[in-house]
Amino acid sequence: MTAAAAPGRTLGSQILAGCREEGRAALIGYLPVGYPTVPESIAAMEALIEGGIDIVEVGVPYSDPLMDGPLIQRATERALDQGCQVDDVFTAVRAVADAGSTAYVMTYWNLVLRRGVERFAADLAGAGGSGLITPDLIPDEAGEWIEASDRHGLDRVFLIAPSSTRERLTVATAACRGFVYAASTMGVTGTRDSVGSAAAQVVEHAREVTDLPLCVGLGVSTRAQAAEVAGYADGVIVGSALVRALGEGGPAAVRALTAELAAGVREGRR
Amino acid sequence: MTAQPGIGRFGDFGGRYVPEALIPALEQLDEVRRKAMVDPEFVGELDRLHRTYTGRPSIITEVPRFAEHCGGARVILKREDLNHTGSHKINNVLGQALLTKRMGKRRVIAETGAGQHGVATATAAALLGLECVVYMGKVDTERQALNVARMRLLGAEVVAVTNGSQTLKDAVNEALRDWVANVDDTHYVLGTVTGPYPFPEMVRDFHRVIGVEARAQVLDLVGRLPDAVIACVGGGSNAMGIFHRFLDDASVRLVGVEAGGDGVESGRHAARFSGGSRGVLHGAATYVLQDDDGQTIESHSVSAGLDYPSVGPEHAHLFEIGRAEYRSATDDEAMEAFRLLSRTEGILPAIESAHALAGAMELGRELGPDAVLLVSLSGRGDKDVHTAARWFGLLDDQAGMP
Ligand SMILES: Cc1ncc(COP(=O)(O)O)c(C=O)c1O
Repeated sequence: MTAAAAPGRTLGSQILAGCREEGRAALIGYLPVGYPTVPESIAAMEALIEGGIDIVEVGVPYSDPLMDGPLIQRATERALDQGCQVDDVFTAVRAVADAGSTAYVMTYWNLVLRRGVERFAADLAGAGGSGLITPDLIPDEAGEWIEASDRHGLDRVFLIAPSSTRERLTVATAACRGFVYAASTMGVTGTRDSVGSAAAQVVEHAREVTDLPLCVGLGVSTRAQAAEVAGYADGVIVGSALVRALGEGGPAAVRALTAELAAGVREGRR
Repeated sequence: MTAQPGIGRFGDFGGRYVPEALIPALEQLDEVRRKAMVDPEFVGELDRLHRTYTGRPSIITEVPRFAEHCGGARVILKREDLNHTGSHKINNVLGQALLTKRMGKRRVIAETGAGQHGVATATAAALLGLECVVYMGKVDTERQALNVARMRLLGAEVVAVTNGSQTLKDAVNEALRDWVANVDDTHYVLGTVTGPYPFPEMVRDFHRVIGVEARAQVLDLVGRLPDAVIACVGGGSNAMGIFHRFLDDASVRLVGVEAGGDGVESGRHAARFSGGSRGVLHGAATYVLQDDDGQTIESHSVSAGLDYPSVGPEHAHLFEIGRAEYRSATDDEAMEAFRLLSRTEGILPAIESAHALAGAMELGRELGPDAVLLVSLSGRGDKDVHTAARWFGLLDDQAGMP
C-alpha cells in the first residue's frame, strides 16, 4: 500500500469521511453548469442538495467532450450555445457551498490551462469548491496542477478504469486526494441497463493500493443500481440520469430522482 | 504552460492528455511499435508492401511550366499523389495496420476529413482482413461524397458524425469515444501526427520515407539540396514526413502552409500558428484555435483535409524553435494554384496539396530563379473534382450562375 497524498481537509473529504462513519456510500450528483440556462442549472444543483445529495459534481461545458456520451454532449452543447462561460462555474460552485454542500468541478483540461492553472485553482478555492475531477488529465501530465492544488488546499481527483494495470492504479491513486473516481466501464458517460462486474473489480484492485474513498461513476441511473454499487464502493456518482431528469422535469424531477438515489445508497450498506 | 518532464514531448508540446482508460493501450502500442521498427521481419514486410502495393518509391517531377508562376525558381514535386489510394496517407496506414495484426486486434477505426485517410484505412483493412469503421463529420461526407462511396466499396462502415461542427475534429472525438469503449479488440488508426504519444512520433516515422526518398532524388537530379521544402499542414503528417530527413540540413528552409480560408483576419481559417495559441486538443499539447475560455474555435477551409483547429505537436515545437516556418494560403490562392498546376502540367492536385503549391508560388517569387523548391504533392485531386468544378463554375447545372 502506498502512502496517499496528505490527508484531505476539504469539506468534500469531511463529507466522505462522515459517510464512511455512517457505514454508507456517499451520493455524488453531476450536473453541467449552464443547462438549460445558468440560473436554472444552479436551481437544479440546489435541488440535488434538497433531495439529499452528499456532494455536487459541477460539470464545465466544453466544445470537445470526448469522455461524454450523447446525453451530456447535447446538454453541454446547448449550454455553450446559450453563452455559458467558465466564469459561471464559480458562481455555481459558490451557490452549492451556500446551500450547505460542496462542489467538485469536472473539467476537461484545456479550460483550466487557458485560464491558467493557478488562477483556476484560486478561483475554485475562493468560491468554496473542494477540488477538480479531471477526465483527460493523467497524473503524469499534472505537475502544475499538483502544485497549485497543494497551494490552495484543493482535492485532485484522477480517474481509474477497468483497463488500469496495477502499476497505473498505484500511480493514479497516489496522485489523488479527496477521493478516486473509478470508471465503471470502458466507455463514456451515459445511462446503462447494468453497471457490470468490472466496476466491483476495479474497486477491489484499487483497495489494494490506496485507503482513499473509491467512488464509482459511469452508467449508474437507478435506485437499485445505486444500492448495488454502494455495496462495495465508498461513493456512487450519477450524471446522465440526473441530466435527463432535469431536461424532462426540471429541478423538481432532479429532487425526486436524487431522493430515490439517496435511499438507494442507504440500502446498499455494507 | 510550462514544460513537463513527461514522455513523448517535443519541447513543451505533445504528451498524453487522454482518459486514464486509454493509457494501457497507448503503452502497448508504444512497446509494440518500438520493437517492430527494429524487427527485420516487420520492416521487411512494410517495405515489401511499399514496393508491391503502394508503388514506392514515389517519383519526383520537375514542373517548369508551373515554375514560371513561381518567380522562375526550379520547382520539383514529390509525387505522393501517385501512391495507391491517391495520397501519402497510405504510408502511415499500412504501418499501423501491420501493428494492429501484431497486437492481435481484429478491428480498426479511423477519423477522416477529406476521406483520404479513411480510404487508405479501409484499403489496408481489406488487404489485411480487418473490420473497419470510419468516422467522418457530416459536412465532410457531403463535400467528399466520392470518398464515402469508395470506403463503402472497400467494405468499411462510414459513420457520419452529426455533433459539434460536424467536421474532422468531431470525427476525432467520436473515434476516441469508440476507442475507449472497444480498446480490447480495436486499434485506432489515427491519421496524422497528433493525438497522444506515441501517435505523433509513430505516424511521423511511417511517413519519414517521403523525405528520405525525396532528398536522395533531388540530390540526384539537381546535384544539391533544395533551398526550401514546402508542404501543406493539416494535422501535419505529409509535412513531418517530408521535413524530417532535412531537419539537420541547416541550409534547407522548412515551410509549412496552413489553410488561410477566407483570410486569417476574417477569423474563418485554419491557420493555427498565426491565428491560434498554445493549448491542448485531442490528447496533445500544441497550438489550437480557441477562444478566451479555451473552447475550440471551428476552423474553415475549402479543403476538408486542412480544416482542423489544431496541429501536430512536433510542428508546434519546430515553430517555437524557429526551425520551420509556417505561412497560410487562402482558399482563393489555393484554388488558383490548383488551376495553374492542372493547366500547365496536366496534374490535378488535391486541394490540400494546392495549398503547398500556393506557398511555392509565393516563396519562389521571394527567392527568385536561382532557388530550388521541393514541394510535397501529398495527394491527387480526383476526390476534389466536384468541389473544384463548382468553384470554377464548370458544371452544366451552374450555367448562368454568377
Ligand atoms: C492529400 C492530402 N494532403 C494533406 C492532408 C492533410 O493532412 P496532413 O497535414 O496530416 O498531411 C490530407 C488530409 O486529409 C490529404 O488528404
